[in-house]
Amino acid sequence: MKYRYNGTTEDLAKGIRIRSLKMVCKSKSSHIGSCLSIADILAVLYGQELAFNPEKPDWIERDRFILSKGHAASILYAVLAEVGFLTTEDLSTYCEDGSLLAGHVNHYVNGIEFSTGSLGHGLSVGCGVALAAKRDKKSFRTYVLLGDGEMDEGSNWEAILFAPQHKLDNLIAIVDYNKLQGLGVISEVINLEPLIDKWQSCGWSAREVNGHDHGELIDTFSSIPFENNKPCVIIAHTKKGKGVSFMEDKLEWHYKSPDSDQLKIALNELNNSG
Amino acid sequence: MRNHFIKTLSELIRENRDIYLITGDLGFSVFENLMESYPHQFINVGVAEQNMIGVASGLAKEGKIPFVYSIANFPIMRCLEQIRNDICYHHLNVKIVSVGAGYSYGSLGYTHHGVEDIAIMRAMPGMKVIAPGDPVETRLATKSIAEDGGPCYLRLGKSGEPPVHEVDPVFSIGKAIILRNGADITLISTGSILDEVVKASRLLEKDGVSVNVASMHTLKPIDYTFIQTAVDSKLIVTVEEHSSIGGLGSAVSEILAATGVFSTPIIMLNAGSTITKQIGGQNWFRKRIGLDAESIYRTVRERLSGIR
Repeated sequence: MKYRYNGTTEDLAKGIRIRSLKMVCKSKSSHIGSCLSIADILAVLYGQELAFNPEKPDWIERDRFILSKGHAASILYAVLAEVGFLTTEDLSTYCEDGSLLAGHVNHYVNGIEFSTGSLGHGLSVGCGVALAAKRDKKSFRTYVLLGDGEMDEGSNWEAILFAPQHKLDNLIAIVDYNKLQGLGVISEVINLEPLIDKWQSCGWSAREVNGHDHGELIDTFSSIPFENNKPCVIIAHTKKGKGVSFMEDKLEWHYKSPDSDQLKIALNELNNSG
Repeated sequence: MRNHFIKTLSELIRENRDIYLITGDLGFSVFENLMESYPHQFINVGVAEQNMIGVASGLAKEGKIPFVYSIANFPIMRCLEQIRNDICYHHLNVKIVSVGAGYSYGSLGYTHHGVEDIAIMRAMPGMKVIAPGDPVETRLATKSIAEDGGPCYLRLGKSGEPPVHEVDPVFSIGKAIILRNGADITLISTGSILDEVVKASRLLEKDGVSVNVASMHTLKPIDYTFIQTAVDSKLIVTVEEHSSIGGLGSAVSEILAATGVFSTPIIMLNAGSTITKQIGGQNWFRKRIGLDAESIYRTVRERLSGIR
């Protein structure tokens, strides 16, 4: 059964942005820009799209969600806390000595399906999970959220060729296309365009969405599978640092951690947003 | 060895629908029956080793028992990070099978020489490393690892290796198989070089040397107890078609050093650690690096003459 968050997905997105910012500030860790970029996607997925039960994390029919861009860990932990897998106290240990809440997602944390951190792993694993579900005639879906920078990894393209071959229409890839990667602008480092054409030419059924528009995301998720017998990819156009104006579209916020004054400004902006 | 593996795996696949064979586009003329009979348990991922390990991990995560198959270095080196992060980090029940250990594909060139694999796979946390000595051990090992829940690397020769065991030995993961009992020296072999080691032991026995011969089919977890008893020999000899770094010799030495035994001399016969520019058949390579029966015999005799 799909989980229903007790509130709007917009509220959830705001809540996890705030939690993520506090975690990253406290631990002086990186990747806040990458986290804010996927806040709305995670809020829609965990707020109403995914089937799961925090009381039974191993429930066999749960949808599987794999965060391939494992560095966006803090906001995934944040959403897991909002839906009941983790406590606020758990989140306070993020990146602390002896904590399980690593800077890249760790499956020893309740609710984390698969550990990642090195890029280009999630989609292949997702293919295996989706294939097992097909073989066992199970109805759950497998969602893999990828970063745009990790589309450079050859392993992803191996998986992109594999999934259509096996008609994995229970597999959904989401690309967080914020147009910035580790050391520069995507189009100037390794241009991915025409990205949607590439996926489609490999046999995927593809849609492009505004990755911050909840209505658009909800409509898109509700029309999965887009075509029978084809895996789906959602190219989500996003903004790195979305929701905090001084972080938006700024490469430096892939690495920098806000200081207490910057955190105050950021939280103020979020709290006063719709 | 390959055919015994495939025959045994085919039986396992027939009995257990959760056992899968995943190949990286290799196995021409040996997998056809399996492909036709059990299409849902056979997956050819194509020439894509990273995805092969990732897919196997995903399947294992959902309760399947994938046997991943390729040759020489292909199933472990290109995809080593997938093995470390996807299989080992999650302790998934994936069996990695490589055909063509050592110089089985000697004439195909350096890219196809599987001589660093034991070292690499021993370093992977939770990974069992098994190199059967002959087709009989291959059959028994395949069954054993299918029943053992966890990551495993199975290192096989190619085909045509002679059976060394006339009757089935007791095969237990982590327990050396003793082929001959003797008091003077202990020869420890891993992988298909076992045949040469047994032949060498016969030559030594003709000279009146009493030889202990063990097939150390499991390199990890290694048989600690056996190695501790071997220190009573005048000489320990390890033989492996593998680099001098990180293989059987290293594993045995680590135990001797850790237990403070420095009095028993040890000879480590192996492939050294250099790039081989020339190519040749497996037997040519074995002679060249001193791993054929005659060379093993001569090396041991020379060393013994110094000891006695």
